[in-house]
Amino acid sequence: MSLVHETDYGTPASKSTEQVTLTIDGQQVTVAAGTSIMRAAMDTGIQVPKLCATDSVDAFGSCRLCLVEIQGRAGTPASCTTPVMPGMVVSTQTERLKQIRKGVMELYISDHPLDCLTCAANGDCELQDMAGAVGLRDVRYGYKGENHLDEAKDESNPYFTFDASKCIVCSRCVRACEEVQGTFALTIQGRGFESKVSAGALDDDFLSSECVSCGACVQACPTATLSEKSLIEIGQPEHSVVTTCAYCGVGCSFKAEMRGEELVRMVPYKGGQANHGHSCVKGRFAWGYANHKERILKPMMRESIDQPWREVSWEDAIGRVASEFKRLQEKRGRLAIGGITSSRCTNEETYLVQKLIRGGFGNNNVDTCARVCHSPTGYGLNNTLGTSAGTQDFDSVEQADVILVIGANPTDAHPVFASRMKKRLREGARLIVIDPRRTDLVRTPHVEADFHLPLRPGTNAAMLNAIAHTIVTEGLAKESFVREFCDLDAFEHWAEFIVRPENSPETVGALSGVAPEDIRGAARLYATGGNAAIYYGLGVTEHSQGTTAVMGLANLAMLTGNMGRRGVGVNPLRGQNNVQGSCDMGSFPHELTGYRHISDDAMRATFEVLWGRKLDAEPGLRIPNMFDAAIDGNFLGLYVQGEDILQSDPNTAHVVAALKAMECVVVQDLFLNETANYAHVFLPGSTFLEKDGTFTNAERRINMVRKVMTPKNGGYADWEITMMISNAMGFPMNYTHPSQIMDEIAQMTPTFRGVSYDLIEKMGSVQWPCNEKAPEGTPIMHVGGFVRGKGNFLVTEYVPTEERTGPRFPLLLTTGRILSQYNVGAQTRRTGNVAWHAEDVLEIHPHDAEQRGVRDGDWVKLDSRSGGTSLRAKVTDRVAPGVVYTTFHHPDTQANVVTTDFSDWATNCPEYKVTAVQVAPSNGPSDWQRGYKEQADQSRRIVRVAAE
Amino acid sequence: MSDDTKLVSMANQIGTFFMPQRQPDPAAAIANHLRKFWDPRMRAAIVAHLDKGGAGLDTAVREAVQRLKEADAHR
Repeated sequence: MSLVHETDYGTPASKSTEQVTLTIDGQQVTVAAGTSIMRAAMDTGIQVPKLCATDSVDAFGSCRLCLVEIQGRAGTPASCTTPVMPGMVVSTQTERLKQIRKGVMELYISDHPLDCLTCAANGDCELQDMAGAVGLRDVRYGYKGENHLDEAKDESNPYFTFDASKCIVCSRCVRACEEVQGTFALTIQGRGFESKVSAGALDDDFLSSECVSCGACVQACPTATLSEKSLIEIGQPEHSVVTTCAYCGVGCSFKAEMRGEELVRMVPYKGGQANHGHSCVKGRFAWGYANHKERILKPMMRESIDQPWREVSWEDAIGRVASEFKRLQEKRGRLAIGGITSSRCTNEETYLVQKLIRGGFGNNNVDTCARVCHSPTGYGLNNTLGTSAGTQDFDSVEQADVILVIGANPTDAHPVFASRMKKRLREGARLIVIDPRRTDLVRTPHVEADFHLPLRPGTNAAMLNAIAHTIVTEGLAKESFVREFCDLDAFEHWAEFIVRPENSPETVGALSGVAPEDIRGAARLYATGGNAAIYYGLGVTEHSQGTTAVMGLANLAMLTGNMGRRGVGVNPLRGQNNVQGSCDMGSFPHELTGYRHISDDAMRATFEVLWGRKLDAEPGLRIPNMFDAAIDGNFLGLYVQGEDILQSDPNTAHVVAALKAMECVVVQDLFLNETANYAHVFLPGSTFLEKDGTFTNAERRINMVRKVMTPKNGGYADWEITMMISNAMGFPMNYTHPSQIMDEIAQMTPTFRGVSYDLIEKMGSVQWPCNEKAPEGTPIMHVGGFVRGKGNFLVTEYVPTEERTGPRFPLLLTTGRILSQYNVGAQTRRTGNVAWHAEDVLEIHPHDAEQRGVRDGDWVKLDSRSGGTSLRAKVTDRVAPGVVYTTFHHPDTQANVVTTDFSDWATNCPEYKVTAVQVAPSNGPSDWQRGYKEQADQSRRIVRVAAE
Repeated sequence: MSDDTKLVSMANQIGTFFMPQRQPDPAAAIANHLRKFWDPRMRAAIVAHLDKGGAGLDTAVREAVQRLKEADAHR
């Protein structure tokens, strides 16, 4: 094993299709027009010395090290800023250049600590490399002149250090923050010798500044100025493995840089086809949970939930799971048990869990967390377009002219894609944001939305209808597209509906609280601004009309012809790392892999033959239905792999009642999560660093997950644990590697027919459908026609939610997440990310706060018809009057105590985004919170005994 | 599935979507959705609710549950 080295070409690749031929150091080279001489040289293997240039940012030309001589031209131009020209003859190494470079390096080194042997970058320092490359042997100026060697370190960031004494002011960090991340947190303060990198205002350090800790600056730094603290502590890695991040649905590729089995750092991989070398604070730095002291490494069980946990052997734990599940089926029938697959686990692990349930349990009581996030996407897009997934790859955003973001907060939830989106916006694309909150994207450096429609929560479907109404009534529809690609009868029926007065911007404006002219303006821009792309998130799906709103988005894209090419489409931004994959793998109770309904006799028979078991043709219980059935006494056992349903699902009191009603709850996870407080068997899981497999991201891209260390739980990846349960249940599984599981998935799933580990290794990743029609995958869907045949316009009548405000609960609560935390926080709360977000807070508008006597930072009670909790208030006009907002990352808050049982009509996806609440001053945590904490503390007691 | 009120509300939500769609027989579409996505116990519970008078069920949904009952009886 060795380090995965990536070539730094010095400047970004040109996108020109025109070719230019020139000569560099006697070698003829042909490159794209617009390529820099530096990059053209690197293409031929000639490394021009450089310091301020790196291929993730535009050329800057400040270090004066990359100078070259060009025949017929005076002077020594910088090769990074000089583009190639036809017939150019370039010399990169002459006596003159050698002297200049040596002189430049002398100046740099005269003001640089000579502590190479004890420096964290020793062996991986470009300054050190360049000193060697130019043959620097002495510094004529000495080292005692005025210098920066006593500059203080900024160690405020939990993950990296800024050591100003080592800074050469190349501006690579500043440019990475601007061009790659798009935050513009860094600048060069002062001039000349006083120049230094500064994080924001004079009093700011990195932590207090606007820095989002994405790591782009650390990656760009050519010296040890910006270094990971883990690197400083451990030392340089000796090998690396390319793998996939286990946080959000962007699916970034990283190099896990290792020393033995110790992870030194995660470095974003330039070859990653989703992230192209960028990262966010979570994937880049927040992996410390893998070694957290609270991680459970031994199986445990107990007779009842009021007892402490007892460590046991794997054999005993698995035996207990199998015997209990069999007992419960004998007691209450075949349908009395079920399981939940994990969107944090791999495709192969998810496939095995649903296989265990269908084949081993003999029923279809399997569901996944997509139930509570993007299940409406599957239903909505399948019924309009013909496939249950987004239409584009991420690269497509580079061709978008208009970007419509609705119910998504990509700078917080999908930050790496948000950086690419912001880059396109800085290039001139126009922006429409439809969101109750003024998310960061509405106004961020060099980006400002043309239209922000701050609609009242619960009115998405009406808003999308009003936009469509405007497009149709003002004659802005792309009729030629509709005629050629869509079902005309369906279109005409829908058009009759959409032109009705109740869908006009004036009517919808009144109920949504948005000015009608803004709705019309946004509609005109979307319809006429060129390539228009829709990106949406859970602010669309988590409503009683979530599916209807997804259909409304598909209607809009079809109406305007924004389908089937780059720069357009309907793109769900998936929440968890493998939520797309868990859906693809047959995790829903009504369908097998590839979204095929379980009642399809012929398709089901193929699985029956392969698995050797008769499968139930009836759909099973969805997660909320499991809870209801448990409370009814008909559902007694649950296997939960890698989900924390108690914290993540709505109406916590209802979930608690359901879990308490079950006789055997089995939790397989890294930590004793909230659900485990009500569990009888705990099976310690493995992290993404401890297993092989694949994740599928929001653009249908299947990425490799590669094992870099032995599982700490005794050596078992999660798929192996599922196999042990299955074997104990009498349904044999004998895979020896996840690639065999993927081969079975490919064999059984038409859209995965061509997928194999060999293909993914060869291509880096592949986007499904990948089969005989698309052997290298499908970056863009619906090219030349829709998957279902003709695009299907569906009527999307607005139906107000049954959750209503009134005198007791006059405000509307909507929930979401924040950049530094992830989902229920089980991972990120156990990392340095708590420096940014140590507790959930309630955002409340100044007007509503003043009415209630609430000041910024005060404790407040948040009550709904479902329950109440307390948390601190943050007074801000980011939310509109009448709307409050919080996150659900912390179990101490339990925001879902407040949310309700209302759900989407088609899929039962909970209506997290609309809860009628009241806010009042409070003295601190509520009685419920204190009681919950006491119960949790009791439940987490462990009796440590030698297990094996 | 003893909570009939919840099931009635869920069934009516489905009916509200399918009623205005382009199709000659909304009850068939509603029944089809119930058959494809509701577990047999949930279907049995809504049928039992219909048998008790079907309070709260919208007209088309009532018709759909009746057809569900007949179809499930033949399975």
